[in-house]
Amino acid sequence: MEKGKAMARRWAVDFSDSSSSSHPTVADPPGFTRSAPDLDETSGSRQKKDAEAAWKAQKAWEVAQAPFKNLLMMGFMMWMAGNTVHLFSMGITFSALWQPISALRSVGKVFEPYKDPKVDLNAPRLLFIALNLGGLLLGMWKLNTLGLLPTHASDWVFSLPPAKEVEFAGGGSPFY
Amino acid sequence: MEARFLLGFLLLLSLSSFAFAIYEDQVGLADWHKRYIGKVKHAVFHTQKTGRRRVVVSTEENAIASLDLRTGDILWRHVLGKNDAVDQIGLSLGKYVLTLSSQGSVLRAWNLPDGQMVWETDLQISNPSNSFLHVLGNVKSGRDSLSLVCNGGSIRAVSSIDGLVVWKKDLSIDGLKLKHVFQPPESDTIYAIGFIDSSLIALYHINAKTGELLKHATQASSVDLSSEISAISSDSLVALDTSRSNLLLIKFMAGTITNHKLPLSDIVQDFSGLAELIPTKSNDIFVVKTPSNVAFIKVKGDNEIELIGKADEAGIVSDSLTLSEEEQAFAVVHHSNNAISFQVRINGREALTEGIKIEDHRGHVKRVFLNNYVRTDKSHGFRALIVMEDESLLLMQQGEVVWSREDGLASISDAVVAELPVEKEGGVSVVEVEHTLLEWLKGHMLKLKGTLMLSTPDDMAAIQAMHLKSTERNKMTRDHNGFRKLIIVLTRSGKVYALHTGDGRIVWAHLLTPLLQSESCPSPSVLTLRNWRVPHRKALQENPSILLVGRCGAGPESHGFLFIVDSYSGKVLETQILDHSIAEVVPLPLADSSEQKLHLVIDHKLNAHLYPRGSDALEVFVREMANMYYYKVENAKEDIKGYAFKKGCSTGSSAYCFGTRELWSVVFPSDSERIVATARRKINEVVHTQAKIMTNQDVMYKYISKKILFVATVSPKAAGGIGSAAPDDAWLVAYLIDTVTGRILHRVTHQEAQGPVHAVVSENWVVYHYFNLRAHRYEMTVIEIYDQSRADNKDVMKLVLGKHNLTAPITSYSRPEIATKSQSYFFTHSVKAIAVTTTARGITSKQILIGTIGDQVLALDKRYLDPRRTANPSQEEKEEGIIPLTDTLPIIPQSYVTHTRQVGDLRGIMSFPANLESTTHVFSYGIDLFYTRIAPSRTYDSLTDEFSYVLLLITVVVLIVAILVTWAMSQKKDLQEKWR
Repeated sequence: MEKGKAMARRWAVDFSDSSSSSHPTVADPPGFTRSAPDLDETSGSRQKKDAEAAWKAQKAWEVAQAPFKNLLMMGFMMWMAGNTVHLFSMGITFSALWQPISALRSVGKVFEPYKDPKVDLNAPRLLFIALNLGGLLLGMWKLNTLGLLPTHASDWVFSLPPAKEVEFAGGGSPFY
Repeated sequence: MEARFLLGFLLLLSLSSFAFAIYEDQVGLADWHKRYIGKVKHAVFHTQKTGRRRVVVSTEENAIASLDLRTGDILWRHVLGKNDAVDQIGLSLGKYVLTLSSQGSVLRAWNLPDGQMVWETDLQISNPSNSFLHVLGNVKSGRDSLSLVCNGGSIRAVSSIDGLVVWKKDLSIDGLKLKHVFQPPESDTIYAIGFIDSSLIALYHINAKTGELLKHATQASSVDLSSEISAISSDSLVALDTSRSNLLLIKFMAGTITNHKLPLSDIVQDFSGLAELIPTKSNDIFVVKTPSNVAFIKVKGDNEIELIGKADEAGIVSDSLTLSEEEQAFAVVHHSNNAISFQVRINGREALTEGIKIEDHRGHVKRVFLNNYVRTDKSHGFRALIVMEDESLLLMQQGEVVWSREDGLASISDAVVAELPVEKEGGVSVVEVEHTLLEWLKGHMLKLKGTLMLSTPDDMAAIQAMHLKSTERNKMTRDHNGFRKLIIVLTRSGKVYALHTGDGRIVWAHLLTPLLQSESCPSPSVLTLRNWRVPHRKALQENPSILLVGRCGAGPESHGFLFIVDSYSGKVLETQILDHSIAEVVPLPLADSSEQKLHLVIDHKLNAHLYPRGSDALEVFVREMANMYYYKVENAKEDIKGYAFKKGCSTGSSAYCFGTRELWSVVFPSDSERIVATARRKINEVVHTQAKIMTNQDVMYKYISKKILFVATVSPKAAGGIGSAAPDDAWLVAYLIDTVTGRILHRVTHQEAQGPVHAVVSENWVVYHYFNLRAHRYEMTVIEIYDQSRADNKDVMKLVLGKHNLTAPITSYSRPEIATKSQSYFFTHSVKAIAVTTTARGITSKQILIGTIGDQVLALDKRYLDPRRTANPSQEEKEEGIIPLTDTLPIIPQSYVTHTRQVGDLRGIMSFPANLESTTHVFSYGIDLFYTRIAPSRTYDSLTDEFSYVLLLITVVVLIVAILVTWAMSQKKDLQEKWR
């Protein structure tokens, strides 16, 4: 934003110097344009807004793609962590799960600064959500490879009590 | 998710418990060890002029012990083998204890002060029979003295110094039984008197130094001789005839024998019944015990005898005690109500009578051993060792019981566990709280010192003492962890004791059989005991109680009786003499409305009698009757039979009596198989899960059934001891039999194997121990049983939705499909008893408790007996805790539950759960008792006693202080930042 404004101002200075001096005798002090506001009302300001929108759209796309890098890094970390359950792999996996979830929860806030009537934020938002879901899936996959997801029959029966028996038999060797 | 967590957690724990052991200073914290000797049958007093006074005893438990006469403590003790019964003990040279055992074939000498064995001689007797030992007083070759062992018709003279057989004389006459050996003072000739076929009297003169037969003579007896004799002087003895009503006075002087018949009715007036000679060795006096009295009879001159004393009531008479040349003392003990009268008779005349009160739970006097001491005024004082009916041992002196030993506890035959009373709510005074708080703080300061290694030896001792006397463990109330319980044991004598698990003290003890003794119940004996009432929900206000079952006579037809005993106090709540016999007691998994457990008493005619008698009990049983079965293992007939119950019994029309109907029988071919062992699961064992999860997440379903009976049979040739059969003639067959249907679920034959077999069944597995003749080693085999009919319950979706048949009740009548996995290992020890740990919920991993030949209890992890062990387990299997397969089961010295203690003549191991899932009680018994608590997977659910709360407290305080200080510092720094 800061950067965008500065650029607009610089352009404005350039144009005013070359085309719009109302008094030929006395040159306007450099940087001063009497009619600049009026002129910019029409063409300069539109241009500026367009640029800003384009910039916003570009930024939104950048933000939307950001989780991809994260995804790659997470993948690398997971590969490093190995497939056994210990503190490190658990930490990695849970952060891999937590990051996408927190990102998804704040998806509105992330795109707040780029809100513009001219910018269509749906596509980047969708991409952002998709990538985060990808991250979540990656985390889940990791969780599964660690064996922490109840996807096996064993996870559902491990504490199943023994079935009741209908009959009872007692006895043994009689006393002699 | 949880599954893996739990598994991982347990794995971690189990790995950490790989070498489970306790530290030296933890000994005695949770465990106790009590030493006993058993029922005393011989006693030899040894009163040294200096040093400790002691008595050497031998017992029916084949133990020899030296007891301190002042305190009754055991100075030393040796337990001989099961088949090595002690026949006689004697003292030799004043420093050796000689014991003759194994029917006269083994003679051993023990050092009197410390009990070390000096020598042992196998006398190589061909036909062991009644033997006796005679220590010669005055045959001395050098400083040696000889001991004679007479057995049938042979005499062996053994040197007391080194146990060498100096000479051996076989008189080689058929039917000769030597009865008495004596040696006149200052003579080298030994006289040996024996009977030949109860009609001839024989006398032999033998040279004491060489064993040379000098002279012999025989003479026909005028009556048929029984085996009871009494030697009355150096040249005469008294024998009883086979009709037990005539005496025969035998004199042998100068190589000739004379005998003289004396009818007892001439001597003792109103004599009737059968007489008994009390064996004595005294001068001219002998004692005859008749049903109505005890007669002291003196022999005077030639063939003349005189009654010199009489004790009217039939009492117990001790051996004679020689006070001087002329004086012979006997002790006669009578028992009446709860007092005994102790009488010493010198030469038949009453010298001393004392009355002593005795707790009535000791029963009658069984044996008396008399000893004297010289008082300061040179008069004789007497003390006596008294063996009571409950096998306890008392020392009596000057009219009081000096000490008593509860040696009945050396012969425990059965045991159950009962809860202690619930702690009563009540106010505790402030003073008490302050006191305990102070104590608590002091204790923890000491412990802290200990952990920081700052403590002095004095402090260490204080810590140890604190551990031991910790009042918490000895309270008479229930605790949250279930560590305090009562172990109720039944001993051979029929006495019932309640022992506290905290320190093994006797909470109450009762000898119940005398209460019952009457005409209708002539000789009551208790067979077994069971939990009768275990209140938990409905009947909490009721005390738990114990059922004692016994029978009135010896035969299987004799009538039974029941006792119901309150387990808090030992009070008898109910006594019942039954109108039927008792062949078996079957506790049912049912209870009536007041939480009394239903029991079926099966009589010898196979009728079942239901107890308790009550309409609701009957209702409960009749409702379930169709599903109740009974099975009977007949070891003698080599068969197992199964029965169902039906209404109406063959003897009488009681509503509580049910008939039985034979359903099935398994008959083992008697020419190839003989039952040697059976085992089944404990009826109250809890199993946590039916699923067994494999490394690859696969599930196998355990076949968990309380109806499985493990039966081991061996070939008849191999039924004897090891070495009795060639490997080719020996085999062992293991069966798993369903006791409802009689179906043989699994059968496996071990060729070249033989018993003894010890087996334990738990959850879905059997572990058994036997001998492999080919490898000359003991083996242990594990069989795990899995249910194949449930194996296809593997669809996760179905399991999630609950569409599975895993919780459906199982019946034996649906054909079970069983898969077994099995593996065998060598095991170094032979085994005396085998058991398995049981915990409250069955989650904790199991340990197999093995009573080893060294009388110790070894805890062997079940993971060593896992059929999935392979030589090279994969990484995953290793993670799961599968141990690489080895041919031998390891014996880790630290895993001895009994650490350095020995449980003499170990007979049984019992494990019962505490309320804490991780912990189980282990009680092992033989002659000794040993109790401890073990945690097979470490105590993962509680902090140990060693946990230092003070250290924790200090850490917390230090942390809080640190937080406060750093907080203040950071505030200050912030302020400075801002001023800058």
